[in-house]
Amino acid sequence: MENILSIRNLHAALAEDGTEILKGVNLEIGENELHAIMGPNGSGKSTLANIIMGNPKYKVIKGDILFKGQDIKDFTPDERVKMGIFMTFQNPFEIEGVNFNTFLITAYRKLHGDNESFMELNEILKERLEKLAVSNDFLNRFLNVGFSGGEKKKAEILQAYFLKPKLLILDEIDSGLDVDALRIVANQIKEIREDGTSVLIITHYKRILNYLDVDKVHVYVDGRIAMSGGIELANEVEEKGYSVIKG
Amino acid sequence: MNTNLEFNDDKFNYIADVEIEYKALPGLTKEIIEEISDVKNEPRWMKELRLKSLKIFQTWHDPKFGVDISEVDLNKIIPYIKPKARKTTTWEEVPEEIKNAFDKLGIPEAERKYFAGVGAQFDSEIVYQNIKNELEKLGVIFLDMETAVQKYPDLVKEYFMKLVPPHDHKFAALHGAIWSGGTFLYVPKGVKVPLPLQAYFLMSNPGMSQLEHTIIVADEGSEVTFIEGCSAPRYNVINLHTGMVEIYVKRNAKVKYMTIQNWSKNTYNLNTKRSIVEENGVMSWVSGSLGSMKTMLYPMTILKGKGAKTESLGITYAGPGQHMDTGSKVVHLAPYTSSTIDARSISVGGGWAFYRGLLKIGKEAKKSKSHVQCSALMLDNKSKSDTVPIIEVLNSDSDIGHEARIGRIKDDQIFYLMSRGLNEAEAKSLIVKGFIEPIVKSLPFEYAVELNRLIEMEIESSIG
Repeated sequence: MENILSIRNLHAALAEDGTEILKGVNLEIGENELHAIMGPNGSGKSTLANIIMGNPKYKVIKGDILFKGQDIKDFTPDERVKMGIFMTFQNPFEIEGVNFNTFLITAYRKLHGDNESFMELNEILKERLEKLAVSNDFLNRFLNVGFSGGEKKKAEILQAYFLKPKLLILDEIDSGLDVDALRIVANQIKEIREDGTSVLIITHYKRILNYLDVDKVHVYVDGRIAMSGGIELANEVEEKGYSVIKG
Repeated sequence: MNTNLEFNDDKFNYIADVEIEYKALPGLTKEIIEEISDVKNEPRWMKELRLKSLKIFQTWHDPKFGVDISEVDLNKIIPYIKPKARKTTTWEEVPEEIKNAFDKLGIPEAERKYFAGVGAQFDSEIVYQNIKNELEKLGVIFLDMETAVQKYPDLVKEYFMKLVPPHDHKFAALHGAIWSGGTFLYVPKGVKVPLPLQAYFLMSNPGMSQLEHTIIVADEGSEVTFIEGCSAPRYNVINLHTGMVEIYVKRNAKVKYMTIQNWSKNTYNLNTKRSIVEENGVMSWVSGSLGSMKTMLYPMTILKGKGAKTESLGITYAGPGQHMDTGSKVVHLAPYTSSTIDARSISVGGGWAFYRGLLKIGKEAKKSKSHVQCSALMLDNKSKSDTVPIIEVLNSDSDIGHEARIGRIKDDQIFYLMSRGLNEAEAKSLIVKGFIEPIVKSLPFEYAVELNRLIEMEIESSIG
């Protein structure tokens, strides 16, 4: 069976000045698997997430990105999300004047059509509020405007849940979360996985992985995956730091 | 000469008499102006006002700021203003882009011809007849300006170009000489008009509204909302719109004036709007400037009476090839007066949005309050935005606030929204709609919907 995501010898650079950031990444993620990429600051692991999603700030120099066997290199971000790839942002943007609830339903309809009524979709969203432990006006605020760091991350994970992707990329979803919020977000990830979604978590720290069943851990250093293994690799990094791998 | 306008009460329709022949006269001359006035059978004071305005126009210099108006073709106005030779457009001549816009906006067939300047009868007659009866009961005078000059010459004379005199600027003078059409609205003391009145209830002649003169007089304690124009694209016979609006808000009265301008992209929109507000009166402006090639428009409010208030909300959209020079002017002359200005502009595809505002707090206007906010959003690197808010305060115990924000949509923002399933145009539209949301929500629902749709269309076409 074909993997959800196959990245083969991927080299990519900043579109603006050609600075190479990805230097030969290989990664295979199967159906319903959860992979974690760990790495130090500035190693380019968030760039990998952005390139999978199609951020025009970067250009692919060589190599392949296959989603369910299909080459997606030339696809725009909206085409990729329609195929089933969804990425949560490290720093989601504040969009003034755009109601969060309306935005979610607009996005849902773009991805999944008009089969569900406004009421049905609203019910799904309302039922999430309690699970996310956010206030009732959460959905009625403008998209990310004035949200605390934790609320922004919860808003991202809510979008991920609601929009039902096949591959979910979580770019530092855990940074800046307190223990309670971290547990809440991890529980959402578990629920999302129940539908067979594959997950790629990009993180600095092991702590979110403690809540999840991890299939594979990759350590990412200087533009490529330097080492892969099971959860024990995360433990080793936590203990000894990234220098172990660098050397 | 007889009056050539007959009022048909049953159908609320104007029938122009086209039997009389006119000689062709080159240039804008005294004779043409006299002829216009005679054909309309105007009182002597109006004819004199036109002639005086013509003299001022001929000697006055062009405005020394704002947009480049060297391409305004005044010669084309001559045949347009001559009653006999007025050119009527045929549906075939209406540009494809405007026809397409009608399609996308879902404008009913009957109204399309009207907006395209082709003529055709407007479907609002029956609706309007009921409104007219109701207004009559309230003692409200709501007439097209030509009829008002005939029926209420003394009342009109008291207000006509008293707030914006012909020597105000060159195009005020031109307007004074050749104005035609427009609306006269008088609301008696204490009357609250129960529904918004719309200018197009009164228009019967295509293309008539390019030199229109509008006067609103809200007598003491009265209230009225007036909606000028509409958001459907308009095809213009001549490339100049130089209308004038004068609004008199008496003691304790309230006037709300809303307009969405969408002139065709060949038009120079040089419009003048002004209001004067007496004690505790309230004047609100809501303006959307979307169309035209170049616009100069600065709705002005003079707060003359103690406790008078004004609020001005404005959206300016400058797309490819457009230069929009807009802003609000407020003059505080009395104590305890207050003003709020919220002006937002969007520039896209090389468009240029220029905010030019004036806030003046006079010596007598003690304990006055004002808050001015102007925000500009540029959608790409080709577009331009400028802000020149002039603030003059001549006393020391007024409370003045000013904020200016100029921003450009960031590529990362677009990427964020695209990664949620929107395409590039939809992402930009969404950001723009969010940006103008505080103003759009103050519009009547159908206008808000139409404005949002228009902006989507404009952004789609500017991205190409």
